[in-house]
Amino acid sequence: MTGDVVIVGASVAGVALARTLRSSGFTGRVRLVDRETEEPYDKPPLSKGRLEEPVRLLTRPEAERLGLELLLGVEATGLDTAARRLALSDGSRIGYGALVIATGVRARRSPWIGPGVHVLRTLADARALHADLAQGGDLVVVGAGFIGAEVASTAIDQGCRVTLVDPLTSPPARVVGQSVGDRILTWHERAGVNLRLGRVVEALDQLADGISVRLDDGEVLRADHVVVGIGAEVDVDWLAGSGLHLEDGIACDPHGRALGADDVGEGRVGEGRVGEGRVGEGQVFAAGDVARWAAADGAPGRRIEHWNSAQEQARCIAATLLDPERPQSPSAVPMVWSDQHGRTVQVLGAVDPGVEPRLVEDGDRLLALWDDGGRVTGAVSLGWPRGALAARRAIANGAAVTAVVDTVAPREAAR
Amino acid sequence: MPILKADAAACQGYASCVIAADDYFDIDDDGLVVLLSTEVPEADRERVDRAARACPAAALRLEGA
Ligand SMILES: Cc1cc2nc3c(=O)[nH]c(=O)nc-3n(C[C@H](O)[C@H](O)[C@H](O)COP(=O)(O)OP(=O)(O)OC[C@H]3O[C@@H](n4cnc5c(N)ncnc54)[C@H](O)[C@@H]3O)c2cc1C
Ligand code: SF4
Repeated sequence: MTGDVVIVGASVAGVALARTLRSSGFTGRVRLVDRETEEPYDKPPLSKGRLEEPVRLLTRPEAERLGLELLLGVEATGLDTAARRLALSDGSRIGYGALVIATGVRARRSPWIGPGVHVLRTLADARALHADLAQGGDLVVVGAGFIGAEVASTAIDQGCRVTLVDPLTSPPARVVGQSVGDRILTWHERAGVNLRLGRVVEALDQLADGISVRLDDGEVLRADHVVVGIGAEVDVDWLAGSGLHLEDGIACDPHGRALGADDVGEGRVGEGRVGEGRVGEGQVFAAGDVARWAAADGAPGRRIEHWNSAQEQARCIAATLLDPERPQSPSAVPMVWSDQHGRTVQVLGAVDPGVEPRLVEDGDRLLALWDDGGRVTGAVSLGWPRGALAARRAIANGAAVTAVVDTVAPREAAR
Repeated sequence: MPILKADAAACQGYASCVIAADDYFDIDDDGLVVLLSTEVPEADRERVDRAARACPAAALRLEGA
């Protein structure tokens, strides 16, 4: 079993890991297990605009060419870290040299179900939703997080009438702060999205000709379609009894090694060498949305549900597997994006929504900068890619706010 | 030699490619990717391929890689 890497979850993190192992020269066995029967696909495009051919992260022919074994339509159902065995839904048990769990999260279950009521996480979800949106009519989106906001934007583009409901009075402010959040809300208003903010959905009832959505203030909205975008939740029941620490995802050290499994692997790392097909044995790692990596100083971290982070964690694990003496931790400036009403929102570094940022504006474009003693620590860009790039570089280099302002808007007096 | 291609229609200006390899990628004022070179010598292949895969919009391809 030496050097045999098994990855559960063949999506953003899992595929990036497998590819990086190969491009780094690893020749050992690599298996990717996923419950989806679809070839691995990318998720961000599912909420952004018309659903076209899915972006494939890995195709079967490519997997074959790279020597990656794709086990699709198979679910991991149990883990025995002492025996280094994974139980699969087809009744088989497979051993591993190193295991990487990259199983993501699932859409938080909607409290209401029925025809026309959707959640959005998988390609199958997206196909069902987009088929409905193509019919036009009235859409109610419950939850104005990034995904809900993107769906609202997509649907209005396709000619639906859209109402966005959220218990917060300014949902984007929770992430980007009040002033920038208000700006994003005006995009919805200008695009014609009906906002029902500070309102809670109390009941959803199926009617003969649609769905009625009752809000806490008594208003009743009629809908043909409803999207329930109320966040995601971890789905790690199958790991119960494995010894892994499962508080809000899989708790890991700063290199993605799962806590609770290290008693098995520790002491054996260091045997591996690139090309020999040997890696840190018996170790269990976790990457992507399901993983909660500790900070570099060991302090407990938070789960991060972002595409860039999933990729970067995967690359760190690949490097750590191949050179266990030098375990890697993420170092890139965190970046999340969202596309709404034809504009891109980018959130970079550490943004404190409770602190008002410094704003730089250029017509419609806006860059908000957060700093610590004058050095840029976080930024939000609204429709200003070069501003975002300058901020991202500044955060990485610890540059001053004034330097960014000079770069992006030399004529603009900073406020 | 591997050839780098960009799909201008898909590019969203996230600039992840620029961060990963600023000797091959830049973005213009409208946030559209600009390829600084399209021929990628073998020595840069892995780095540029990684940069291309870091594009969240799947707008970049390194062909013949
Ligand atoms: C509609 C949508 C839009 C998004 N937009 C953005 C965006 O604009 N920007 C951004 O940064 N992020 C965005 N995200 C988040 C981003 O897609 C995730 O952070 C990323 O997909 C995480 O990758 P992952 O590999 O950790 O998990 P996932 O992509 O969730 O993949 C997990 C895989 O594991 C499989 N799996 C789960 N359990 C098992 C099991 N027991 N056995 C076998 N297989 C299993 C699943 O089938 C799945 O294929 C978006 C997400 C969605 C759903
Ligand atoms: S990473 Fe992709 S979307 Fe972003 S600028 Fe580069 S090509 Fe365009």
